[in-house]
Amino acid sequence: MKRIIILLILSSFLVASCGSNPAQASSNSPTVYIQNKGSDTVVNLALAWAERYQSQHSDVRISVTGGGSGTGIAALLNGTVDLANASRRIKDEEITTARSQGIEPLEHIIARDAIAVIVNAENPVGELTLQQIADIYSGKFTNWKELGGEDRPIVKLSRETNSGTHVYFLETVLRLGRSDDKTLFSTDTLLLPSSEGIVAEVRHNPNAIGYDGLGYVPHDVKMIAIAQEAGGAYVLPSIATVNDKSYPIARDLYMYTNGNPTGIVKDYLDWILSAEAQEIVAELGFVPVE
Amino acid sequence: MEKSLNWREFIITRAIKASGYSAIVFVLLIFFFLLREGLPTLGEVEAGSLLNVRWYPIEDYFGILPLITGSLIVTLGAALIAVPFGIGTAVYISEIAPRWMREILKPLVELLGGLPSVVLGFLGILVVSPYLRVLLDLPTGLTAFTGSLLLGGIAVPTVVSVAEDALDAVPRAYREGAWALGATKWQTIWRVTLPAAKSGVLTAVMLGVGRAIGETMTVMMVTGNAPVLATKLGSLFSPVRTMTATIAAEMGEVANGSTHYHVLFFIGIVLFLISLIVNVIASSVVFRAKKRAERILS
Repeated sequence: MKRIIILLILSSFLVASCGSNPAQASSNSPTVYIQNKGSDTVVNLALAWAERYQSQHSDVRISVTGGGSGTGIAALLNGTVDLANASRRIKDEEITTARSQGIEPLEHIIARDAIAVIVNAENPVGELTLQQIADIYSGKFTNWKELGGEDRPIVKLSRETNSGTHVYFLETVLRLGRSDDKTLFSTDTLLLPSSEGIVAEVRHNPNAIGYDGLGYVPHDVKMIAIAQEAGGAYVLPSIATVNDKSYPIARDLYMYTNGNPTGIVKDYLDWILSAEAQEIVAELGFVPVE
Repeated sequence: MEKSLNWREFIITRAIKASGYSAIVFVLLIFFFLLREGLPTLGEVEAGSLLNVRWYPIEDYFGILPLITGSLIVTLGAALIAVPFGIGTAVYISEIAPRWMREILKPLVELLGGLPSVVLGFLGILVVSPYLRVLLDLPTGLTAFTGSLLLGGIAVPTVVSVAEDALDAVPRAYREGAWALGATKWQTIWRVTLPAAKSGVLTAVMLGVGRAIGETMTVMMVTGNAPVLATKLGSLFSPVRTMTATIAAEMGEVANGSTHYHVLFFIGIVLFLISLIVNVIASSVVFRAKKRAERILS
């Protein structure tokens, strides 16, 4: 019994030493660890990639966790991950903090994502302009009647403020990309901790409107076709409409590394941009990068 | 032989004393840690902006009033549900239920107390909140009331088991005395047993309220987390954001040492103070009740 315990402790030390130094460990140890953490939008994609990659490289172990883009970048800044997933660009203040800790975040665009605006399947409203969506979330519209729907109160759903999707939506939709605009989400916007929470509420509640990455939208909720401006064409989100740039709310998804990646991390990132890995991107409802 | 017993006694006494004092030390350490991380807030954010009605930390709006009212309204709702229901159940288990029923109910209630709160939260999202939305004709089911209902469910087992122990500790002679005077079962419970167990029952209520105000997971999942200032009782049926849920949702994201980080700890201080006040009030009531009981009995 004692021997087993000692063995366990020894092996956990081994694991720890590999994890902290993945590049070096590949030559003299059979298993290498890559720590990958961050955006909840990216997490499923990262998991699928990790699974496929590990099946081809039996000596590599990739741990993937979510928690939000901010969480991932914070972990990169604290030096606890090799790859930080993010659904938004790193902020200037985060770069400043990183540099003060001797970390140089490097950006890699790994996929694209359309943000779908979703409503309950029973909701007759199916087309909105960007401005109308902005006005809904800033509290100007409070009843679906004002948008050609039924006489129902509008319940606005959003992700928590630590979500990259939240920040992207704020900048691109509520503020329509204007950096001097100080529009905020109206205070009665429900901030839900997960994509699943938003889908669950929209599925049950005919009053609700929410937004989520295209890959997370199930078939039993309704996606809104969006026009860039009044009088423009209404476009539904899809891989094609993101690639031809006709769908207005699509964004890049990122992985951040500390400086230029080396060794196995570099190998993994290169593979992620390969045709095989990008095929997985399309399978999961995201948009591949060319 | 005698010497070794003394020696052992010495060690055991010290160990017990040490564990007793450790509680005080831990509370003090936690409080000092909270102060150290939270007090810089007062230097970084103006008091006026802290008392604002807007909470939107990524744009430097640090108004904590909506969070405080959110926590209070959810806790108040939970207490209104848990206290009568909990004490009622305790009275039933201890005074009315036949022996076999008691043997079933007691462990069941304790099992309920062990349910992970995330499970209750999940139940809340999938079952309770859609149901309440339709039943009460609300815009959304993710409201303070949904939180109160589930929190009440979480607090009830605590209230029941503590109150039941207190009722059990009332000497049988009290009840027999009442019956001998011709009191009915109900009169005995209401006029004799419950008042005699008053301090224990109050402790139960206090622990239940403490459980409710500190609960995080369920509340984060079902109250909608909208930082709206709750000004009237009707706010019970609209979404709110509590202090605990705010800390839990945002702690993972903040940069160590930033203003946002300090404000989250400041919320922790406020929460700590509120719990402290609840505790102090409750124990002073209990203490007064005890003194009065001693006077009457002597």
